[in-house]
Amino acid sequence: MKDLYALLRQSLAGLRVLIAATLVLGVVYPGVVYGVAAVAAPWRSHGSLVTGTGAHTTDAGTAVGSALLGQLVDDEGLFQPRPSAAGAGYDPLDSYGSNYGPEDPDLIAAIKQRKAEIAVREGVDPADVPPDAVTASGSGLDPDISPAYAALQVPRVARAHGLAEDAVRRLVSEHTSGRTWGVLGEPRVNVLELNLAVRVLAGS
Amino acid sequence: MSSLGPALGQIAVLVIALAVAVPVLGRYLSHVYTSPRHLAVERASYRALRLDPDADQHWKTYALSVLGFSLVSILGLYAFGRLQGHLPLSLGFAGLPADGAWNTAVSFVTNTNWQWYSGESTVGHLVQMSGLTVQNFVSAGVGMAVAAALARGLARNLQDGRVGNFWADLVRTVVRVLLPLALVAAVVLVVLGVVQNLLEPQAVHTLTGGTQAVTGGPVASQEAIKELGTNGGGFYNANSAHPFENPTPLTNLVEIFLMLLIPFAMAWAFGRIVGDRRQGGAVLAVMALLLGVSIALLTWAEMAGPGTAPGVAGGAMEGKEVRFGAAASALFGAATTGTSTGAVNSMHDSFTAPGGGVAMFNMMLGEVAPGGVGSGLYGMLILAVVTVFLAGLMVGRTPEYLGKKIGQREIVLVALYVLTTPVLVLVGTATAITASQGLAGLQESGPHGLSEALYAVTSASNNNGSAFGGLSSGTPFWDTLLGLCMLLGRFVPMVLVLALAGRFSAQRRLPPGAGTLPTHRPLFVALLSGVALVVVGLTYVPVLVLGPIVESLS
Repeated sequence: MKDLYALLRQSLAGLRVLIAATLVLGVVYPGVVYGVAAVAAPWRSHGSLVTGTGAHTTDAGTAVGSALLGQLVDDEGLFQPRPSAAGAGYDPLDSYGSNYGPEDPDLIAAIKQRKAEIAVREGVDPADVPPDAVTASGSGLDPDISPAYAALQVPRVARAHGLAEDAVRRLVSEHTSGRTWGVLGEPRVNVLELNLAVRVLAGS
Repeated sequence: MSSLGPALGQIAVLVIALAVAVPVLGRYLSHVYTSPRHLAVERASYRALRLDPDADQHWKTYALSVLGFSLVSILGLYAFGRLQGHLPLSLGFAGLPADGAWNTAVSFVTNTNWQWYSGESTVGHLVQMSGLTVQNFVSAGVGMAVAAALARGLARNLQDGRVGNFWADLVRTVVRVLLPLALVAAVVLVVLGVVQNLLEPQAVHTLTGGTQAVTGGPVASQEAIKELGTNGGGFYNANSAHPFENPTPLTNLVEIFLMLLIPFAMAWAFGRIVGDRRQGGAVLAVMALLLGVSIALLTWAEMAGPGTAPGVAGGAMEGKEVRFGAAASALFGAATTGTSTGAVNSMHDSFTAPGGGVAMFNMMLGEVAPGGVGSGLYGMLILAVVTVFLAGLMVGRTPEYLGKKIGQREIVLVALYVLTTPVLVLVGTATAITASQGLAGLQESGPHGLSEALYAVTSASNNNGSAFGGLSSGTPFWDTLLGLCMLLGRFVPMVLVLALAGRFSAQRRLPPGAGTLPTHRPLFVALLSGVALVVVGLTYVPVLVLGPIVESLS
């Protein structure tokens, strides 16, 4: 009984602390970060939106997407992103991976099928299709593809836009980011920015 | 895709950053937990909140403060979740269901951050910001306070079971450590591309004429403390794999650094609190050794990519982001399960069988390599007591640790601590796989299905929070089971630790004698590492054999 009373007393103290913490940590702290973000990084803090010309914007009405979010590319003449398990594909309202285990028969079948389809689409040997092209990312929103997958798609994209393969290959290398400081992460190509550049070059 | 050179370079950058920061922060932490002086802002808050920060609490009172605070936190967060639909910034989401609100309240108060829900379609900005983020701070603060109480108990001499003041520990941890560090980290993250706004999902018309919802939110402020406090609950369903939470390889490294910073610094602080820095160094060495081995194994597994699907694809990229690849995903995976964070930058369910097994084993170690911000230190100190006890048995002397005798009462408390999580994990997993409602949640069958259930219960009981995401856990059965595992897995060990701290504080601190086992030498580091591995090994080998090991061999 004495312990129960002590617990009650401590809980009341806890309630006071919780209310204060909610104000300071739950309102003031995020508010300060919000304020700093709005001044120091307005474009990034609003989701790194880009317009059809590749310009930065914070207005979703004029944007074609976020430089950080992959999107479905419904045009066989453009660079294609990775497979996505987010909703019906690249749906930020349902970000996730497939969570298939490494021995899952459905995953194995899907990888084989994607490999075959991409080989036909690009006119290459299935063995040349890189792993990121046939696997879904963790977020389902991966904005990038590997330089190898981009290189694989160059001839098709060049053909579709009547561009020289070398010109498209140059665009790919301009939009390839290396490892940060030479060691962090992996080399990658941002698909949305690359496709925007292709459209600008092709004048469409 | 990944190559070994950059993978090692990435680890080297992390090690250098930690080697610089950990001693500085460790020294500062020891000051925070021992200084008799209060800051002006702290004095003002004690007055306003009617707390006496100078009352030196008996361990029982300290424990009641921990439990009382956590109780109102759970009730408060439960109500917050249930009432969401009636609050501003809810994005139109209804209140959480009863079982879901219970699970989430327990999950965030216990520093687990297991998530049955998908952030972007279930939880509005206000609950994320003023409910979940707040618990990210204070649950971390509670863990660090308890670790500090144990360290003080060991350092004291005939103090009658008194271990310090919980409210002062909590307030100081938040005001002097977590809040300033989180502010800096949040600003760094936002400058590197993490979003921070209060927008509802905005529709954009995509390049090829589709529409896509851009989901904003107060992400950076939550992301910073989520890693720093080893919480791990993602703003979005995809957690740190989501480009808005973790946009670049650099943010990835920053987040890994934040996860590891405080757990290691607490070990450093421990040495200073007990007045012998070498003791902290030994504990830190064991943590680093175990973490180093798991990083090496996990990196090897994911880069080599054994298994059928990775073999067919040409690499283990299912569930991984291109910007991270195998190496940075493995490094994050080892850090998040070695600490009690449980954030993920890649889907652990899709890891190779040995990779997923390493992640699971890390959690089964009891989150001590280096563990949660506070639980890592006290978990490791419990294992240190087991180690001196075993060594004492071998030579036939009364074991002691830092001049404190390990008698019958002490070893009973330690034994109960060591048994708590395995009982929860094994009984919980057995319950899950024998109940039809448990099996209904599994995505995979066979060994990988067992791994999904085992991973979930292990993650909950050890307060980690990462998942094999194929498991659909948002059902009354799973919400209740995992909620109980998180609750008992957090507070039973905490009370035992505080009881032990009280026993130590009441004892005289003896000078080391001829028969004392030195606890700062490489021999002890090796013994303690061995004990950690053997205790876990003997407990979990049977079930690991049925899950990831069978899968690796098939």
